[in-house]
Amino acid sequence: MTEKREIEIDYGQVHTERMRLNVGPQHPSTHGVLRLEVELEGEIVTDVIPHIGYLHRCFEKYCENCTYVQVVPYIDRLDYISSMSNEIPYALGIEKLLDINVSERIQAIRTILAELNRIASHQIAVATFGMDAGAFTPFLYLFRDREMILDVFERLSGGRLLYNYIRPGGLMKDIYPTFVSDALAIVKQVRETNQEVQRLLIDNKIFIERSINVGIMPPDIAINFACSGPTLRGSGVNYDVRRAEPYLLYDKFDFEVCVGKGLMGTLGDSYDRNIVRMWEMEESCKIIEQAVKFIPDASEDVRASIPKKITPKGEIYTKAENPKGELGFYIVGDGKNKPVRIKGRSPSFVNLSVLPYISRGYMIADLIIILGSIDIVLGEIDR
Amino acid sequence: MTIETIYERLKKEFNDDILSLNSEANCEPSISVDSENIVNIMLFLRDEGDLKFDYLACLSGMDYKESLGVVYHLYSIAKKHRITIKVNVPKDNSIVPSISKVWRTADWHEREAYDMFGIIFEGHENLIRILNPYDWEGYPLRKDYKQPEEYHGLRVPY
Repeated sequence: MTEKREIEIDYGQVHTERMRLNVGPQHPSTHGVLRLEVELEGEIVTDVIPHIGYLHRCFEKYCENCTYVQVVPYIDRLDYISSMSNEIPYALGIEKLLDINVSERIQAIRTILAELNRIASHQIAVATFGMDAGAFTPFLYLFRDREMILDVFERLSGGRLLYNYIRPGGLMKDIYPTFVSDALAIVKQVRETNQEVQRLLIDNKIFIERSINVGIMPPDIAINFACSGPTLRGSGVNYDVRRAEPYLLYDKFDFEVCVGKGLMGTLGDSYDRNIVRMWEMEESCKIIEQAVKFIPDASEDVRASIPKKITPKGEIYTKAENPKGELGFYIVGDGKNKPVRIKGRSPSFVNLSVLPYISRGYMIADLIIILGSIDIVLGEIDR
Repeated sequence: MTIETIYERLKKEFNDDILSLNSEANCEPSISVDSENIVNIMLFLRDEGDLKFDYLACLSGMDYKESLGVVYHLYSIAKKHRITIKVNVPKDNSIVPSISKVWRTADWHEREAYDMFGIIFEGHENLIRILNPYDWEGYPLRKDYKQPEEYHGLRVPY
């Protein structure tokens, strides 16, 4: 006969400990090869340590060993989903060093291309952010529209992802005859789809509940971490390089700098960062509509002012408002045909460094939302 | 505010620590300062009412062959002006006080400058490599850098 025994569990003795979990490097929601070392207490994130460098390919060392023109294709590969925008600060910097004046028509074309690229990049950002929150359908709509923009870029430059189109001093070749009407058709389509996305995703109750009050970044933290782009403006800070230090033709256009307002939740949460991107797409449409008026019908030689020899002496910090934020290049030349130093200040690199500070205390599922709302591209973080 | 007035202000406040105002042709004007007192200078630039440089746009390590250097590009969102600060340190004793407490964005930038140039940022909480593997040897962006023959048994120039 077996004796019946009391089982006593002293719950004070149950061993609990914080768990360390690796998210990535191969994980769909890290948007590339990023490894996050997450420290968890149950489901609550207590610390995040980003480990980067998996895509490091010595951009800056490479630049020191090739001529100024050969650097351009490499700059394409920094933020590979907005290559057209990347080339602009570099081209402007070299033009300033060599004191080259570029015609208004070329500047207008560059402006349109930059804004088209901004729309394409924000479409990916909103689409993948929706995916992170569990919405798949808007992703398909937005990618369908992005295709139209890529088609235009393909007709211009021959490439669908990497263009090498904007050269210091001009463009690779002139635009094709129906470029302006194509750009206006894209604007119309983008507006239609954005209304649809607004109904499907942005105003969706589940999506709102998932993204509000998550990853709150106060304005002072955002500035102290030197965040830029929608990540900074989502916190309500009115800073846009296009307005603060206008380049190209931006001082001639009428557009608004969109800032987060804390519409649904708190100012500076993930929802705000995302909605700023939606608004910016509309502003980009406005800019394109105004910029096409600066392109006269008559064609011109867009390669006329491209210098035969690029041998700048001097140094400059040149910046532009990329879709992700402020992309800057610190270019130092000594009068030879190769740069002494090119430092790339990539917006994603700086924006990612704020992640540990804004994701502590949230659930691990929210960590994915916060990362998605910062909108990083690993190509430009690792350089 | 022009760089000359900022230079005058700094000279008045820190006198010997502010070395020179560089305005060579075709260069953005910059101010060279002594590395010893860099934290106080940066705090002054950040907090002083009419300067208010609240935004550290870029921090780059430099190799000037005889010496190493750090270049700070500051911007003020409130006042809309910018400034470049330069620091020079000898190659054999390349120590610069860390400004990651002044602007926390400097944290990763300083780690990168350490990773690529071997500049030691004194007072940085977590000065480890960031882009290169943690056990990489040498500082790749120095002008005299030699590529290693192999890394973990893999030939490097493959």
